[in-house]
Amino acid sequence: MSAELIGTYAIGLFLLIGSGFVVIGVIGLLRFADPMTRLHAPTKVGTIGIGMLLLASLIHSFTLGETSIHELLIMAFLFVTAPISANFIAKVTIHLRNCDTPPAPSQDDTWSTLDAHDADQAGKAAR
Amino acid sequence: MMGRAFRWLMPHPLLTLILAVVWTLLQNEVSAGMVVFGILLGIIIPWGTSVWWPDTPHGFRMGKMLTYSLVVMWDILVANIEVAWIVLTVPNSKLKPAWIVIPLDLREPEAITLLAGTITLTPGTVSADLSDEGHSLLVHVLHTDDPDGVRDDIKTRYERRLKEVFA
Repeated sequence: MSAELIGTYAIGLFLLIGSGFVVIGVIGLLRFADPMTRLHAPTKVGTIGIGMLLLASLIHSFTLGETSIHELLIMAFLFVTAPISANFIAKVTIHLRNCDTPPAPSQDDTWSTLDAHDADQAGKAAR
Repeated sequence: MMGRAFRWLMPHPLLTLILAVVWTLLQNEVSAGMVVFGILLGIIIPWGTSVWWPDTPHGFRMGKMLTYSLVVMWDILVANIEVAWIVLTVPNSKLKPAWIVIPLDLREPEAITLLAGTITLTPGTVSADLSDEGHSLLVHVLHTDDPDGVRDDIKTRYERRLKEVFA
């Protein structure tokens, strides 16, 4: 088998695995019951799914002889930003009390999100 | 004297390196001019923004960081298959989500950020919040029978390694 043929099969394989993971991520997003569990599926499964799609793109560029390494950058930025957006969504969920109340921290007084000013809660009640 | 000049020029040597590498990767081909321009950017940007940066972490061991990243990458791979399996097979009524509280031994903000990011990317856990003075981390677990086991696992597997990185 020539390198090009192996490359083509590898691209196909990674595209399939990647899109499979993305589909599972979407299923998880749709079927779980509350915001916190729903957060789990896209943060992890989605990340690896997109990683696999990028890997396919990387192999494609190499087998065609047009070396491109932008995919590595996309992956790096994705892995750095995914936890941050997840953290923000989690914080909003806790702040709006859309989930079970978390247990008290073992070493300090309270969680920083719950440490909001009273006026904030009063405003929420008025709405 | 040399040391002070170096420190003045590059308050964050690692950031300088990362910026230069990212700039070069963005060009998609390595040419001397672009590498030089990347290094220039890497010096100017940290220098211009250093006012807003917290103190540089003192000890940072590159080798330990490398092993840590390899462990984490492997865990990310395993985590994804695990979570995908839970999504496909465990019905909502049998799902056992839990909050766990991790008392932190780490004190450097950079180290805690790394730990929180790692937790979000690995097996069925999302880091949700930090306590008001930064001594505990709140983590949400998707499905577990043994929340204390998960906590100990995170402490021994990741936090201990991170303490060695930022020793």
